This record gives sequence, structure tokens and C-alpha cells, in this order.
Amino acid sequence: MRTFKQYTTDLFGGIKSLLTGLSVTWKELWTKKVTRQYPENRDMLVISDRFRAELVMPHDENNEHACTACGICEMNCPNGTIQVITKMTETEDGKKKKELDRYIYDLGMCTFCNLCVITCPSSAIKFTNHFENATFTRHKLVQQLNHEGSKLGVKKKEPTSSRPSPKEKEKSL
Amino acid sequence: MFQSYSQPLEFTNLTSWLDAALRENLPEFWAVFIELALVGVVLLAAYAVLAMILIYVERKITAFFQARIGPNRVGKYGIFQTVADVLKILIKEIIQINKVDKFLFYAAPFFMIVASVLTFGAIPFGKSLQAVDFNIGVFYVTAVSSLGIIGVLLAGWSSNNKYSMIGAMRSGAQFVSYELSAGFALMTMVVLSGTMQFSEMIENQAYCWNIFNGHISSLVAFVIYLISGHAETNRGPFDLPEAESELTAGYHTEYSGLQFGFFYLAEYLNMFIIASIAATVFLGGWMPLQISGWEGFNQLMWYIPSYIWFFGKVGVLIFLSLWVRWSFPRLRIDQLLNLEWKYLLPINLVNILVMVILVLTGLTLTDLF
Repeated sequence: MRTFKQYTTDLFGGIKSLLTGLSVTWKELWTKKVTRQYPENRDMLVISDRFRAELVMPHDENNEHACTACGICEMNCPNGTIQVITKMTETEDGKKKKELDRYIYDLGMCTFCNLCVITCPSSAIKFTNHFENATFTRHKLVQQLNHEGSKLGVKKKEPTSSRPSPKEKEKSL
Repeated sequence: MFQSYSQPLEFTNLTSWLDAALRENLPEFWAVFIELALVGVVLLAAYAVLAMILIYVERKITAFFQARIGPNRVGKYGIFQTVADVLKILIKEIIQINKVDKFLFYAAPFFMIVASVLTFGAIPFGKSLQAVDFNIGVFYVTAVSSLGIIGVLLAGWSSNNKYSMIGAMRSGAQFVSYELSAGFALMTMVVLSGTMQFSEMIENQAYCWNIFNGHISSLVAFVIYLISGHAETNRGPFDLPEAESELTAGYHTEYSGLQFGFFYLAEYLNMFIIASIAATVFLGGWMPLQISGWEGFNQLMWYIPSYIWFFGKVGVLIFLSLWVRWSFPRLRIDQLLNLEWKYLLPINLVNILVMVILVLTGLTLTDLF
């Protein structure tokens, strides 16, 4: 049996706790707004370096890439996103050599699993965090990653890390 | 004596001019007829516009409470957001549902709308800015606003959906319980003012608002009225009928398009109606803040048009309701009924007795000073 005293203490305790709640939200009303407004804040947008948004093939200033057209990425791709189309060329000394003709990447099929980048023996491809990939038609998502007229670059001694720092990424883009 | 002050911004000027012009040029019957039609159109327009403003204000204030910005894309500061929403809801398809009770299903939203429009007519928005001024205004408002619950129950019953039904039943239980408290709180104030007519009530509060006049008792009644009014609108911590996680959307689960819009509109307008009745009964309605003896101050206050006073007071109360809504967690149904039957109602009954004693023994502020 609850006594009248308990009843009143319950009542006033309840009122006190309600007022505490109200005071908390009142303070919250005047706090700084945390909303980030996306298209306007592009400049100060912070996206993790490890974010995988789009596959690219970096080219240097001589329009040279590192892809030897071995096809390992194509084989490793779980859902047929990558298509490596090769052509046979002859070097000066008459040797026949397989060379990259077109590197087709279908962004619409990609699951961003990163298997292609991990397995690439010559670190020819990488993921960037350029994430604004929306298009109105699906065929625009199918991209050719090697630039027009590009060729295989001379192999350099490169650090084994396949993930260059973001600054280098910016340059290579 | 108030009429002697110059009030160029008052609506009275416009309405009396219109009345005179109509009566001069038309026979009595047609003049009255046109005036009635005009009042109806203006009320309905005000109803829609107010709902739109309220929805915008609610979304903005909600956002501020959650440290967000809120709608800010459609127009400057997003002021056209609700216009866009209303247009969207107007052109949306009303989905025909197979196994509903057709007649009741389509009638239910109108009960809600009609109940709140009827109440809307009795609210004094400003000096002589009231569609009907019954001598039993408080009683009328209480009676008519209770019609809404029929809409809710019909909606839940006719939807042929268990969630709707449970939601409607909860709403019914909640509404019936809290209507009692709201009614008693208003009765307390009727005891204090000695009248049920809104216009007289406001005149009585010219120099001392009811909330000050009845001090302790008035304050308790005010708080109880706000709580129970808030519960009646099915919002805030009392939104059990629409408990999303349990009942999808409660009684309006099966509604779509404009029919849902009606429920939505009525919800917001009910919030406004509760706030405006509270403002009228407790805070002096459209009456400016006046202090007897300070003639200059009073004169200054009268230069602010009465409808601005009214909407200002209502705005404060609506803000209070939003503040409560975004502060407290939802109650369970048993806690809800506990609060009403074990706390609000007994306190209310004692309070009404205290008020009667205060009035009879002359302990109200106007009697004392």
C-alpha cells in the first residue's frame, strides 16, 4: 500500500526530473548545428583514403601506364566487371608481344571488393575516392581506363605499397 | 474605453467597413448571406495556411532541437517546403483498398477535419475576429473537439487492419481519459471567470490574466490543461496510437494521399487549437498585456494589433508543446493511463475545489488588490 507521502514525493520527483529533461533539451536547442550540407561543402569534405569509389589506371606525364595486360585482374574479378582486351604488336627486334589495347571497367557491375587491385602484379590500377559517379544512363558507367594512345611504361623500382598517399593520387589523376 | 485608442491595424476597421458597404447596396438577406460565405471561405483558407505554417515551424524547431538545420532547399530557409509537400500530397493517388468498409473508411478523415474546423470557428483570433461567439463557448469547444475521436475510431475499425484497430483503440482510451482532465481544467477557469463565453472571458482578463488571477490553482490547471491537451493531439510523448515500431502508423496506416493529408492536417490544427484555447482561457487571448494604473504602458501595448498578441501567445504555447515533444520518451499505455487516472484527475478535482474556495473567499488577485 502506497502512502500519501510516497505519492507526493513521487509526484514532485517526477516533476523535477521532467524539468531537468526540459532544461537539457533547451540547452541542446542552442548548440551549434552539426549538419553538413553536401554539395556546398565539397571543398572541406573529408573522405577516408581507403574509401573505394572508382577504379582508375594511373598514367604518368608521358601517357604511360603500368598495365602489362596479364589479365589477372579480369580473372580475379568475381562478377566480370573488368575486361582486358589485348593486341599483338611487334617490337623493333621483331619479337611479338602482347600489349594492352583497351581496359574496360563497368562501374555498374563493380562490388568494390578490391581483389583486382590486390592481385595486380604491377600495381597498374587503384581505387580513388572520387565518389560522385551518378549518371543518367547505364552505358556511361562502362569506362575505358587506359587513355587514348597510352603505352606500357618502363618498369621502375617502385615501393611495394600499392596505396600511394592521397597527394600522389591527386597528381596522378 | 479600449475602443477609444487608435488602432489602424485592427481587422475591425475592415470588417465594419465591409459590413456597412454590403448593407448599403444589398438587401439584408443577401448581405448576411455574402458575409457568412466570406467568413466560411476565410476560415477554411486560414485553416489550410495555418497548417502549412505549423508544419514548417515544427520541422524547423524539431531540427534545431536535434542540432540540425531542417528544410532549407525549397526557397530561402526552405519556407516553400510545405507548399511543395502539400502539392505533392494533393496529386498523390488515393489507393483503393479491397477489404475495407468503404463508407466508413472514406468518412473517417472528414470527421477529423470537421471536428477541428468546427472548433476553429469558435476561437477568437483577435478583437471581434471570431466567427461564432457562443455564450457557452468553452463547453462548445470541448464538445465539438471530442468529435475527432470518432474519426480515429472509425478509421481504425474500417481499415480492416489489426494495427489500425489497436492504434485506434489506444487513441480512444487516451482521448477519453485526457478529455476529462482537459475539461476539468477548463472548468476550473470557468469557475474563476464566471462565464463560458470566450469574449467575456477575455474582457475579464484585461488587467490580470487568469493564470495570475487564480495564482496556484490557475497554474496547476494550466499545466494540467497543457498536458492533457498535448495528449489529446496524439503527439509527443503521448503518440502511442502511432507507435511506429509497434503499429506501423496506427489508425491511419491504410490511408494514402489526400485522406492521409486530412489526418495530418487535423493533427497539426488540433495542436494549434489546444494552444489557442489555452492562450484564450489562461493568458488573456488577444488582450494585450496591461497593468492597471500604468496608462502610458497600456496605451503602448494597445498599438500592437490584437491578432499579433493572440498569435504570439499561441506561438509560445506551440513552442512549449514542441519542446515537450522532443524532450521526453514515449509513455507505455499503462503509464499513460496511470498518469491520467492516478495523478492528473485527483489533482484536478482537488484543484477545482481550491479554485472554488479561492473565488468564494475572495483570494484571487483581482479581489486582493
